[in-house]
Amino acid sequence: MTHCGTWKKTAVAVAMVALVLASGCKKTQEDPFPPSGTIAGWQKTDGTRVFEAKDLWQYIDGDAEHFIQAGVVSTSTSDYTYKGNLEAVVDVHTMSGSDGARKVLETGLAHDAKMIQLGDEGVQYAQSVTFRKGPYVVRIVAYESTPDGPQALMALARGVERRL
Amino acid sequence: MKNRREFLKETGAVLLGSQSVFALAESLPESSQQSPSAKSKVVIARDPALHGQSAVPDEQRVLNLLDRAMTTYTQRDPKDAWKHFIAIGQAQDKVIGLKVNGLGGKGIATHASLILAVAERLQQAGVKPGNILVWDQNAHFLEACGMIQNSDSGKVRCYSSDVAGFEDQESSWGVARIRITKILTRECAMVINLPILKDHSMAGVTFALKNMYGVVDRPFTLHADNCNPAVADLNAIPVFREKIRLTIGDAMSSVYEGGPGFHPEHLWYPNALIIGEDRVALDQTAWRMLERKRAEVGMPTFEAAGRPPRYIATAADAAHGLGINDPKRINLVEV
Repeated sequence: MTHCGTWKKTAVAVAMVALVLASGCKKTQEDPFPPSGTIAGWQKTDGTRVFEAKDLWQYIDGDAEHFIQAGVVSTSTSDYTYKGNLEAVVDVHTMSGSDGARKVLETGLAHDAKMIQLGDEGVQYAQSVTFRKGPYVVRIVAYESTPDGPQALMALARGVERRL
Repeated sequence: MKNRREFLKETGAVLLGSQSVFALAESLPESSQQSPSAKSKVVIARDPALHGQSAVPDEQRVLNLLDRAMTTYTQRDPKDAWKHFIAIGQAQDKVIGLKVNGLGGKGIATHASLILAVAERLQQAGVKPGNILVWDQNAHFLEACGMIQNSDSGKVRCYSSDVAGFEDQESSWGVARIRITKILTRECAMVINLPILKDHSMAGVTFALKNMYGVVDRPFTLHADNCNPAVADLNAIPVFREKIRLTIGDAMSSVYEGGPGFHPEHLWYPNALIIGEDRVALDQTAWRMLERKRAEVGMPTFEAAGRPPRYIATAADAAHGLGINDPKRINLVEV
């Protein structure tokens, strides 16, 4: 075996190790949607649908432009139920930066919005919770008003927030 | 005697969850041909007890409300009213489309109970289940209305614009340059429009005319300048003028702000159906309802909010001639 051949083998081995380490160490984006059973009472009832900015009209035609103007990159959505009867939808909007997330959150706040400590900033109503964290805006909406709804929505919102 | 659910089951109702479905239709002459002195009739039928304590309206009350609205509108008993519309639309033994609206999601979509009631009355008027076709832009919007896709011609059919496909050739009128779903161009002899009353972040109001955005391939190209003149231009395309015969507007629940999506903090229950043939008059009436509600809760007018629904006046102008927007020429009957 020549010295040159040894050097080449060593270099290839080092490169492979580096590649493995790089891929292994790379922080992967965690799915922001809590699986069924991880938040008490909540079941994820649907797959996650993801819409790139250019396709967002297919999900929220008419609202899409506001998100695009604020720099939305993509929107992910999934359905949930609480204790089998309260249905809700979770939307996670990934913006290009925190400024866009702030802009989306501050648009259309109603007079009865209750400010909450969640992520960087959040608001709660009887049937919905919206918060932002970094470039993310999360909106969770229940389709009905129930006595335990607000508390349940907050628990789900905290579950999403921890995964961002 | 069969109860209503048994009847629906036998005739092929298709629904999700606790709701069930069916279909029916009708038609009348074009309102755009009216003389300057003519009036357009709009009926608002209300039932304050429609929802009770639930977010879901009572099915039987919805059916009763529909009958009352149709009777008031036509001055005929419900069965004759439906037959009358089907005859005028020349839709006997042909497909009648029910264009619903599920864009806002489950919280603010055309109610399944209304779709069910219309389908039931159509069948009782002699329409075969398979000749009733419930449709919207895509499968998710139909699901939001409580519907599942079904192409079995032995039952009420239900599938979306994208499944049916769009015409290869573009249609155009003014700024509207789009391709239209084959459901409208090829399948349906006539259409009953079943929109739901909502605020719209760009158009101001979305109801009878705007509901046709779910019929085309690229609705997002029609949003410039508060959707004006795009809404009017789209509806001026001949196939829309000719086939959209009757509108039964769902105002059982509504959002007066934050639309077209579901914002429960702005949810409101008008508990009403709004019926008519002149979609401009219907939209003018719907606009006033939303303005009244916004004023009641201290919100600015659509004009002040920067999104006045100017497309309604455009639709009424001489170039479009789609109907009447002058309140003095709208014969509004409230029951």
